[in-house]
Amino acid sequence: MAGFDYSPKVMDYFMNPRNMGELEDADGVGTVGNPTCGDVMRLYLKIEDGTIVDARFKTFGCAAAIATSSMVTEMVVGRTISEALEISNKAVAEALDGLPPVKMHCSVLAEEALVAAIEDYHERSDGRDK
Amino acid sequence: MSVYLDHNATTPVREEVLETMLPYLRTFFGNPSSVHSVGRQVRQAIEEARATVASGLGVRARDIYFTSGGTEANVMVLMGATGTKQAEQRRRIVISSVEHPSVLHSAKELEKRGFEVISLPVDERGVVSLDHARQAIDDRTLLVSVMLANNETGVIQPVAEISSMARAHGAWMHSDLVQALGKIPVDVKGLGLDMATVSSHKIYGPKAVGAVYVRGGIRLRPLLYGGHQEHRVRPGTENPAGIIGFARAMELVLSDMDQGVMDRVEELRDMLEQEILKRIPHIRINGGGASRVPNTLNVTFGFVEGEGLALMLDAQAIAVSTGSACSSGTLEPSHVLIAMGMPHELAHGSIRFSLGRMNTSEEIMETAQKVARVVEQLRSMSPLYEDFTKSGMDFGSYLVKVGSDDEKSAMEE
Ligand code: FES
Repeated sequence: MAGFDYSPKVMDYFMNPRNMGELEDADGVGTVGNPTCGDVMRLYLKIEDGTIVDARFKTFGCAAAIATSSMVTEMVVGRTISEALEISNKAVAEALDGLPPVKMHCSVLAEEALVAAIEDYHERSDGRDK
Repeated sequence: MSVYLDHNATTPVREEVLETMLPYLRTFFGNPSSVHSVGRQVRQAIEEARATVASGLGVRARDIYFTSGGTEANVMVLMGATGTKQAEQRRRIVISSVEHPSVLHSAKELEKRGFEVISLPVDERGVVSLDHARQAIDDRTLLVSVMLANNETGVIQPVAEISSMARAHGAWMHSDLVQALGKIPVDVKGLGLDMATVSSHKIYGPKAVGAVYVRGGIRLRPLLYGGHQEHRVRPGTENPAGIIGFARAMELVLSDMDQGVMDRVEELRDMLEQEILKRIPHIRINGGGASRVPNTLNVTFGFVEGEGLALMLDAQAIAVSTGSACSSGTLEPSHVLIAMGMPHELAHGSIRFSLGRMNTSEEIMETAQKVARVVEQLRSMSPLYEDFTKSGMDFGSYLVKVGSDDEKSAMEE
């Protein structure tokens, strides 16, 4: 182990991840891979009237990746899509009391998964409108 | 109860070793180079320690030089050999691709200084290719350096075969014995070595002490300059307590081996392997097809990431290490597993269990149970596992697919 120090909050979200799992009736699903270390994150969103009402995640990655995915699911619920898109990877990292510098890229994965899930939602609803 | 299964990283100092060391920290503080008796008695103890280490390796005492550990010994050999007269004619260095970083990075530096470095590949079991060795070692070769046992997989390398190739071409043969010592019999002469590296803290001795064996007649260029200590090859005031502790640790670990301690450790290792195989599907034993040192088990758990696995085990008081990129600081996965042809994704989920003399069968059963639980938990979080279960594939064909995906992306890069 490289011996980085995770904040107690990162460890908590890693050991007891909130919102872990699948959403069977998700309206948007985003899967992104991390080119730096090869990890994969999948985010499921349930969206009603432009507001995110539920979120779940699955992640193949380190403790920081799992904690940031879990944190992002908590942060998006109750937000509108445009509000959700404003959530940056830094905000997610800050909500976890920071990440070790080598682990910042893991939070980028969370931001990208969120964007991908929202894009997927738009694609699906475009298809439905036509 | 906490279970320590990371003995290839380091071992605790044995009580008997500590006892032998303490007088050299308390009472016998003299400088071994002094003329007075305060210093001379320390000198004598160091020379006894040298004789002990030498006899443990089956070599002459005057060919043993104490160092600050395995890294220094390895660097001393590579850098020192290339500073000799022989190196003016012989410009090739042959190493294996699974060496310790101290060898790999020294070789990289030598390449910059104009040496030709050939890194021998390993097969999928992790064994160095003899065919490649035969092709690589020629009359221009100065030095061949191949470890006896690999730290991550425990795989034992065909050092004796490679060393006879080196001898046939007049090249020097060095072997890093750090992970083999105390685990399998190590016979420096029988292996045909001109140089060898050993370390104290892997055999229940103190940290920051090691030794290098350099056959008489070879004069390495030193890394350090200063006093006359260690025949000027390694100047600097000696570390008496460390050296004396190291020698005692060596004596004890070799007598342990005679008394079958490693046979018991091997039974426990095999038991851990069986219990894990029994409980957890979709896994692979890395290096399982080769002969391995008796204490090491390296397993890839499909669809999970090793840092998370190691941290969760740590939270349950089980200490292991991982070859995952995420835990490496540089975000590069284990070079050993990659050299074995393992796709990145699988190197990710690899865990090394390395057992020691104090582990018990209760600890092993507890470990197998906890590993099974944690792997299940992480798989339930893994999108890769979700895709795998939905695909209806079996693990074997999944491995093949991941392997070819990996090759494709490597080609694109
Ligand atoms: S996901 Fe690999 S380092 Fe965080």
